[in-house]
Formats: sequence, structure tokens, C-alpha cells
Amino acid sequence: MTSIAVPAPTSSNKLSWVVSDALVMAKRNIIRMSRRPDYVIFSTIQPVMFIVLFNYVFGGAIATGTANYIDFLIPGILIQTVLFGSFNTGVGLAEDLKAGMIDRYKSLPMSRSAVVAGRIIADTLNNAFQIVLMLGVAFLIGFRFHGTPIESLGVPLIALMFSVPFLWVAAAIGVTLKSAEAVQSAGFLWLFPFTFVSSAFVPVETMASWVQVLAENNPVTIVIDAVRGLTYGDPSMSAIWQSVAWSVGLTVVAAALAVDRYRRV
Amino acid sequence: MVQAVASAPPRLTARGTTAAATVVVEDVRKSYNDVHALNGVSLQVPQGTVLGLLGPNGAGKTTLVRTLTTLLRPDSGRATVAGYDVVRDAEALRASIGLAGQAAAVDDYLTGLENLEMVGRLYHLPKGEARRRAVDLLERFELSDAGARRASTYSGGMRRRLDLAASLIAYPPVLFLDEPTTGLDPRSRVGMWEVIQGLVDDGTTVLLTTQYLEEADALADRITVIDHGAVIAEGTAAELKRQSAQSVLSVQVEHDADLPEARAILGRLGQQEPHVDEQERRVSVGTDGGSEVLASAVRDLDAAGVRIADLGLRQPTLDDVFLALTGHAAENGGSQDDDADGESARGGV
Ligand SMILES: Nc1ncnc2c1ncn2[C@@H]1O[C@H](COP(=O)(O)OP(=O)(O)OP(=O)(O)O)[C@@H](O)[C@H]1O
Ligand SMILES: [Mg+2]
Repeated sequence: MTSIAVPAPTSSNKLSWVVSDALVMAKRNIIRMSRRPDYVIFSTIQPVMFIVLFNYVFGGAIATGTANYIDFLIPGILIQTVLFGSFNTGVGLAEDLKAGMIDRYKSLPMSRSAVVAGRIIADTLNNAFQIVLMLGVAFLIGFRFHGTPIESLGVPLIALMFSVPFLWVAAAIGVTLKSAEAVQSAGFLWLFPFTFVSSAFVPVETMASWVQVLAENNPVTIVIDAVRGLTYGDPSMSAIWQSVAWSVGLTVVAAALAVDRYRRV
Repeated sequence: MVQAVASAPPRLTARGTTAAATVVVEDVRKSYNDVHALNGVSLQVPQGTVLGLLGPNGAGKTTLVRTLTTLLRPDSGRATVAGYDVVRDAEALRASIGLAGQAAAVDDYLTGLENLEMVGRLYHLPKGEARRRAVDLLERFELSDAGARRASTYSGGMRRRLDLAASLIAYPPVLFLDEPTTGLDPRSRVGMWEVIQGLVDDGTTVLLTTQYLEEADALADRITVIDHGAVIAEGTAAELKRQSAQSVLSVQVEHDADLPEARAILGRLGQQEPHVDEQERRVSVGTDGGSEVLASAVRDLDAAGVRIADLGLRQPTLDDVFLALTGHAAENGGSQDDDADGESARGGV
């Protein structure tokens, strides 16, 4: 009956399985997303709606110091959207942990990190898609880059890079809470203050003074300032380096936490 | 419903006496807080045989399967599967087993084919091989027509079959099936037995849990009965049946009110404490007597004015063994209640 045997784990093929198994899971997640109307709406219509609403509703009222509110808005909304995209990661993992599926995964000789890593890879691709979509729509309603092509390219790249640690944090929460509803509530509790107490939608100087302290030290503000500088063609190298440092540091901590949590499921 | 892998010849060989045991469990314990789900279980499954793990709800069947498939760590004791320790060699062990858990592990948003291919890839089969086997298994489980449809559109029985197919994609030498036929109609169940039998004929070792005594009887080379996390009986179906009385005298009364009277009468005629099933208005008792017991029963019941709906003397089934061992009937999970005594030779009066 046996024609090709299942390869036994050795130290060398285990290393390559970390990647190949994660890709198998990523493919599965992308297929799932594309077949779920709720995901498709969440990741296409919603960000576009936000751009249009914020621009035409708040655009006149919020004094940003520049002539064009949309140029101020887009960096903030890019970051906000990819951070909120992490809901998908947490909810999706919680769903995966429901009876049945997770038992199968854990009984297979697959890499232990693949379920979580495959989710992160798929959601990072989804974020990349959303960033491109949002920049396209923004362009149609008047958004423009003011820097060099390299600086402009930095905008989507930093936004995408900064999304990764939040996907891992959401993954850790998803694997810990194991219920889609609980993950939703938890997401609102930490993501809302995080994104709104920042320079995402209004300049920090316009906030109450005690909130200003929080907002200025919020990594979300630092990243948005970096992205905004690149958009305006006036990049702040220190904000860019700090963004990279925050992204890498948070990713390492959150990924370790998420994989550790998964092992204990 | 399901085609057999290979034609299943009647099994004549006494297996497991010489072959090395593929699954070895030694004094395994596992507690959840204060619940002793496994309270020192020991058993062996010789290579190429089927062990039927029988027990009522909460007996610890799933806990044992989860321990042997590395999903749970035992608190103490030792267990090996295909020579691999469930704790120390967990990774290598996983490459040698297939698991179909109690809850079907099917991805609703993937098609049947995609589900199987994915599992094949996660066993690290090459792409082409995973697809080839997926197509083959869909055919074997009569799911070819549905293979391109999302699993969310499958019926319960189709999901169960897809789940079982997924557990087979690596052609694993050891297979763990936790209630594999729960929720299947009788025809699909028999088809599933044929598939499992075919795998065993090809040398696969199977440990399956079941609530259906009939299933253990049909499929298992040996049966282990567990209750409250401990083994309470072990042997072939025939051996277990021999442990109970030679035959069972069973009476169904017309009126609930007659149950105590019938119980008293059968208590005098039988060798054991009678068992009363109030829902069925039935009293049964083990006896070593023959037709004279039947005659006495008719006479005594009649004399006491008990109206009889059904009366008979039959061969003991595993149900009776189970009843005698655990003091309660096997629970059939609500989905099957019609064919539990398929072999009873009822001498109606
Ligand atoms: N995660 C858990 N936490 C606490 N108790 C548990 C847990 N899993 C199982 N148990 C308990 O362990 C005992 C054995 O459960 P198990 O699922 O192994 O039974 P089972 O024989 O498979 O039953 P069934 O026929 O209903 O599937 C039960 O008393 C159950 O309540
Ligand atoms: Mg169970």
C-alpha cells in the first residue's frame, strides 16, 4: 500500500518544514479569506469607506497646518487600518482552536509554529493588499506623495512592517482567549486607545495636555510621524529608526509569546 | 456507501499472540483537577490488529486517545506507539499515526479535495503525491462527486468520511479512531467497517473507541472495556460474552405498574440481579437455565396477573456484558437504538 513514505523528522528537515508548513497554512488561510464575504468586506470596503468619510466629513473641520487634509489623513488611516486588521488574526486563530481542527494539526508531524506563522503570513499579505488599495483610492481623491520615489516607497513598507508585531500580539491574544467573541472585545479594549491616542487623525497639539504625553510616546505616533515625513518629502530619520526598532522589538516579544501560548493549547 | 480498500476475507488467524505490540500502555494516569480521567490504564495492541476500546460516556476513552496521539501528556506511566514514546519521541510518533478525533476536523471553507491535500502536505508528502492520494481517497469514500465542493455543503456523514479520509492520507501504520461511525447511517457504518477491515488486512494497527457494542463485536480482534478511567474487562468478544451468564431471560410488560412484580419473579428465576429498563418496560436477568426457565417465567408471570408484551430467552450480547460489568447500559449517543441486539435469538412466547 505504501508507495512514498512519510519522511521522519530530522534536525535538518525540521528546519525547512518551519517554512514549508507555514506556507501550506498561509495558502489555506488565503483561500479561506477569499471565500468569506465578511473578510472580503472587512478588508476592502471598510478601509475605503474610512478614507472617504474621514476626508469629506472631518477634512473641513480639522486644522492640520497643511493645505491638504488628505495628505495628513492617509498615513494615519494606513496605520490604523493595518492595526485593526489584526482582529482577523486573533479571531481566525481562535476559530482554528475550536474543537477538532486543532487536534488534527497537533497530531500531525507539522512544525509547531506553522499554524500561527501561516496565519501571520496570510494576514501580512492581506495588509499589503489593503495598503495598495487604500493608496490607490486616496490617489483618486487627491492624495499625493511629495517626496522622492524612494521616500514614497517607504510609506507602504513602514506601514506594512509596523503591522507585523500587532498581528503577533493579536495571535497571542487569540491563542490565549480561544474565543472569537472574547478576542473581538479584547481587540477593542487595546486597539482603540492605541490608535486614537496618537497622531493618526488629529495633531497631538490639539489634545488635552495629559493625553498629549501618552500620545507623544505612543509607538503608533512615532510610526505615523515617520510615514507622514516620508509622504511630505520631509523625512525624520530618527522617527524612521525608532519605527524599525519598535517593529522588530515588538515582533520578537510578541512572536515568542504567541508560539509559546500555542504550544500550551 | 463506502468501498472496501481491499476485499476483506474472513479472518481465521488468531492474531496478536506472536506479533510485537504496536501500542503499549503501562499504568497511564491523567487527571483534570480532581477528575481522574485515566486511573492507571494498561493495554497492548499487537501489530496489524484492531483493539476496540469500549466504555460509557466519560469513561476516559477520548483522554486515552489524546494521550496516545501526543495531544495530552500523561501525568505518569508510560506509553509507546510504533516504538516511539508519547512524551520523549512525540515528533517522530506523529509521522507514524493517523487520527480521526471525536469531533470531525474538517475545514468548512476548503473543498473536500483541498482538505485532503492540505493534510497530505502537512505530513510532508510531495505535492503530486498528496493530490494523487487525495483523489484516490475521495473515490474510495465515494466523495468524488463532492470533491470540488466546499466541505460546508457536506452532510454530517460526508464530513465524517472526509475526516476519516484525511486521517488515512499518509497511509499511517497506526490509526486512532475516536468513535469513527457516530452519526453514520447503518449502511455507511457497515461500509466504514469494511474500509477499516481492509486497512487492517494491509497491516494497519487500529485502536478505535466506540459506544456501539455491535461495532466492537464486528471489527475488533480484542476488546478493552474501561470505566471511570480504569480497565474493567479485556478479551475477545466471545471471551467477554462467556464471562456473563449462558443466556438472558428478558420480559417486556404491558403496564409500568407490573415492573416490580416482574422484577421479583425474574429475580427468583435468574442467577443475577435483574436489570430494569423502565423506559422500555423491560426486565432482564442472566440465567444458566434453558427452556424450563422460560416456561416457569410464563407460568409465574401469568399467575401474578402480569400482562406480557414480549418474553424471550436469548444469547448474551456485549450489551449484557457491559451491563454486568458497569451496572449501566452502554449509552448509544442517541443516534442509534434500533439494531443493538442484532444477534439476539429471541424465543418469543
Ligand atoms: N479538559 C478537561 N477538563 C476537565 N475534565 C475533563 C477534560 N476532558 C475530559 N475531562 C473529564 O475526564 C473524564 C473522561 O473524559 P473523556 O472525554 O476521556 O471520556 P470519553 O470516554 O471519551 O466519553 P464520551 O463517550 O462521552 O466521549 C470525564 O469525566 C470528563 O469530564
Ligand atoms: Mg470521547
